[in-house]
Amino acid sequence: MRVLLVDDEQELVETLAERLGIRGIEARWTTNGDAALALIDQEDFDLAVLDVKIPGINGINLHKMMKEKCPRMKFIFMTGHGSQDDFAAGSAETGVDYYLLKPVTIDELLHKMNQLMNK
Amino acid sequence: MVDRNSIGIASELQFFGKMTASISHEIKNIMAIINESAGLLEDYNLMAEKGIPIDPERIQVISQRVIAQIQRADGITANMNSLAHSVDEFQRSVGIKETLELAVGLAQRFADMRSITLKLQPSSDASAVITSPFHLQNLIWQMLDFAMDVSGDGKTVGLTFETGKASVKIRVTGLEELSNLSEPAFPTEKEKALLRMLNATIQQDEKAGEIHLFLPKDIDQALTANS
Repeated sequence: MRVLLVDDEQELVETLAERLGIRGIEARWTTNGDAALALIDQEDFDLAVLDVKIPGINGINLHKMMKEKCPRMKFIFMTGHGSQDDFAAGSAETGVDYYLLKPVTIDELLHKMNQLMNK
Repeated sequence: MVDRNSIGIASELQFFGKMTASISHEIKNIMAIINESAGLLEDYNLMAEKGIPIDPERIQVISQRVIAQIQRADGITANMNSLAHSVDEFQRSVGIKETLELAVGLAQRFADMRSITLKLQPSSDASAVITSPFHLQNLIWQMLDFAMDVSGDGKTVGLTFETGKASVKIRVTGLEELSNLSEPAFPTEKEKALLRMLNATIQQDEKAGEIHLFLPKDIDQALTANS
């Protein structure tokens, strides 16, 4: 499984990518939407984990753009915001099961990733 | 008809809500980073138990990351504390430099989201004004928010001040697009209510791409003088 992590908190995606790597999952990361779009043009990913609020293109719009480019790619939203609006927007895009609130445990993330890939 | 008082109260609550939501978001992010860092240390520990060698430099990087995040959280909670205490008294003496530092601290995440650089001009001026610190902070936020909208992504918005005899002029710079606006979008009723509250005035300098806030050094004296 190849995963792309997109979050403006570099330390977070960097650490998550390393932890996923330890578990045998190849993960790349970036901190903004434009770089994410450039990455999916160059490389293949099975799944993307997106923050709702990222600089430039927000996570919801980024999801739409990525989906257009890679229709088979799966998505998980991860956010620090717990507002009703964010939750509604995130869950409408990905389904309520694939919207995670930070801080997320690695086991929870892995569980969601496996669930989504086996769907 | 919209009641002016209700505009003021709604604006106050919106500002407080927006700032505390942003602060809680940042704290969540910090917790997430510390959480993952602790998790990575656990991973290293499990790997070491299985005989996989761990580079001590990696441990050092993670511990420095945690220290940096705790320092970041300390700064954010200090800003939150200052904002919370700004409602303790309706009016008191507030340092302009400190007020602008807090304003930039509170607006930083919003600027980052728009890829905008906020630049506070360094100053040794220790001027203070007697005013309502909460309403002043609210008004400066509205100015910065408008400036960030006008300047656009990737630009720099500056904040500086000059002290006059009876007033302090706070300048928000970097609004080069101000002259291209089809109609005056600032101040709105929300800012006008705050200006009345602070007995302050706002001017736009379209040529320079700046907004100027004139704040009386003493809100009471200004009110008496104008009454």
